[in-house]
Amino acid sequence: MNRIQQKLQENKKLLSIYFTAGYPNLNDTVSIIQNLEKSGVDMIEIGLPFSDPLADGPTIQASSTEALKNGMTTEILFNQLKDIRKTVDIPLIIMGYFNPMLQFGVEAFCKKCHELGIDGLIIPDLPVDVYKDDYQKTFEKYGLINVFLITPQTSNERIEFIDSISNGFIYMVSSSSVTGSQSGFGDNQNHYFERISNMDLKNPQIVGFGINNNATFNQATQYAKGAIIGSAFIKFLTNHSVGEINKFITSIR
Amino acid sequence: MSYNVNEKGYYGEFGGAYIPEMLYPNVEELRQNYLKIMAESSFKEEFDQLLKDYVGRPSPLYLAKRLSEKYNTNIYLKREDLNHTGAHKINNTIGQILVAKRLGKHRIIAETGAGQHGVATATVCALMGLECIVYMGEIDIARQAPNVARMKMLGAKVVPALSGSRTLKDATNEAIRDWINHPVDTHYIIGSAIGPHPYPDMVTRFQSVISEEIKWQLKEQLGRENPDYVVACIGGGSNAAGTYYHFLHEEAVQIIAVEAAGLGIDSGESAATSVLGKEGIIHGCKTLLMQTKDGQITEPYSISAGLDYPGVGPMHAHLSKTGRAEFMSITDADAMKAGLELCQLEGIIPAIETAHALAIFEYKKFKKDDLVVVSLSGRGDKDLNTYIDYFKL
Ligand SMILES: Cc1ncc(COP(=O)(O)O)c(C=O)c1O
Repeated sequence: MNRIQQKLQENKKLLSIYFTAGYPNLNDTVSIIQNLEKSGVDMIEIGLPFSDPLADGPTIQASSTEALKNGMTTEILFNQLKDIRKTVDIPLIIMGYFNPMLQFGVEAFCKKCHELGIDGLIIPDLPVDVYKDDYQKTFEKYGLINVFLITPQTSNERIEFIDSISNGFIYMVSSSSVTGSQSGFGDNQNHYFERISNMDLKNPQIVGFGINNNATFNQATQYAKGAIIGSAFIKFLTNHSVGEINKFITSIR
Repeated sequence: MSYNVNEKGYYGEFGGAYIPEMLYPNVEELRQNYLKIMAESSFKEEFDQLLKDYVGRPSPLYLAKRLSEKYNTNIYLKREDLNHTGAHKINNTIGQILVAKRLGKHRIIAETGAGQHGVATATVCALMGLECIVYMGEIDIARQAPNVARMKMLGAKVVPALSGSRTLKDATNEAIRDWINHPVDTHYIIGSAIGPHPYPDMVTRFQSVISEEIKWQLKEQLGRENPDYVVACIGGGSNAAGTYYHFLHEEAVQIIAVEAAGLGIDSGESAATSVLGKEGIIHGCKTLLMQTKDGQITEPYSISAGLDYPGVGPMHAHLSKTGRAEFMSITDADAMKAGLELCQLEGIIPAIETAHALAIFEYKKFKKDDLVVVSLSGRGDKDLNTYIDYFKL
């Protein structure tokens, strides 16, 4: 069983953290991951920076631009992660846009992830049907879980289709927006969380986008299995050292 | 071989809709409806009537006698520069605003580089009384001040794109993000034959009026429907797609696509995507684009803001790959020279984008009895400052 699937069976609400690899400094990747695990985080999304992150708001855009300026590349990230499984046990997911993976070669990319002990991928601009037709076999060959997004606009029919080809969790985008642009959840979110929860999907859902503190974490996990924090954590890293990560995590739960 | 889009949205191996799930409902709504809407007789009537009475179509097909004499062949100019707002861009914005209205959208967004598409969008929004927001790179806002003013006068809000390189590519990113943030009430009018399916096909169909007219105009003037060559400049490829459309499957018609070489193909300052690009994904479609080995999209360069785009529409990637079109690239210097030459030989000041297409006559020799139609995609008023600086006028 994949580490993600194991983690999802634990009887607790999960906290997952996204960060952009190469930010604030090129070589922070490993120590950020280690500090996150030490602080009790359940799962990590390692962002592979892209020049044109369409689904991201200003915070993640800026961290991506900075990471690329610092010299981050796919190759360098893979090198940094070469011994990661000697010290880190929690599930690790790479989140990135499709073009860098395509240029690396999708099969080569998956193979490398498998060798390094990466458990899954989130690729916002790889559409579900293209994945199913062209890449699902490759992902499965290397034991990688591909995570799909749903939004408040996604039809029930499509959610059921996404559920049918997922084998980990569903990334439930909290509102119709790019990352980092929410402040607090209202009735709309509650109705949406409840609606999805009542669909009895086979894959648990983890909520992302707009989670930035204890209140939003609790609200999101009232219905869902867990929550993902990205922009708020990146903002924290802008003003704090990697050694202080524990402070951020304890403020969330 | 087919050069049209297939039902999955591909031209050969290029195209598709590589979009985040957040955009799926918007793009899917458009995909399911665009052909239906375009086939409605009320739509056709309104579209044709606006093209005629508002845009001023048909645009003339003009035999450029002195230019033909100089290059010892027969050069016809398809005068898109005479359209309302000064370029071909309005053919597409008229079509898309009518689609947007039928989809019940009341908020319109667009990206723009040189400002031509932004002006054409602001114009149709004023015409229809719809809210208009145009994203434009901060750097382009500074270098295209007159078009920014025109958009404002037309009632549009111009929002600077502050991310990345702050030019057309980033303005497009910002427009896409806006659409993600406003999935229900907003239509995104893309300005070229780029983006996720169905955009390249929809834009191409609206621009195809160019080649439709060329056909009957040639018939009327010369008794033949097909030229020997059709020539157009390519930024994302909308004026080119429209100019080629009805000739794609006429094997006797040769197609020439002209890209901007900037300071030269090997200078590192170029926008010649078919030469410097590799297959990849940009703004939701699989096509040729300029990128690093690592898959990061790079910044192109051209003196003309309208050709300063790191990708090319998927139809053109397919025309390049299959060899159906011959791709040429023209430097800043050659384009500027050709622009001035058209002024002096024909009394027409072309857009600098268009001047790239005109510059091929220095490099490609045509036969005396060849019939060459060039898309004169736009007029040069917007480029006066660049012409002034370049020629120290
Ligand atoms: C006059 C003119 N020609 C050509 C272009 C290039 O666009 P496309 O390749 O979509 O025709 C532009 C774009 O701004 C333009 O203004």
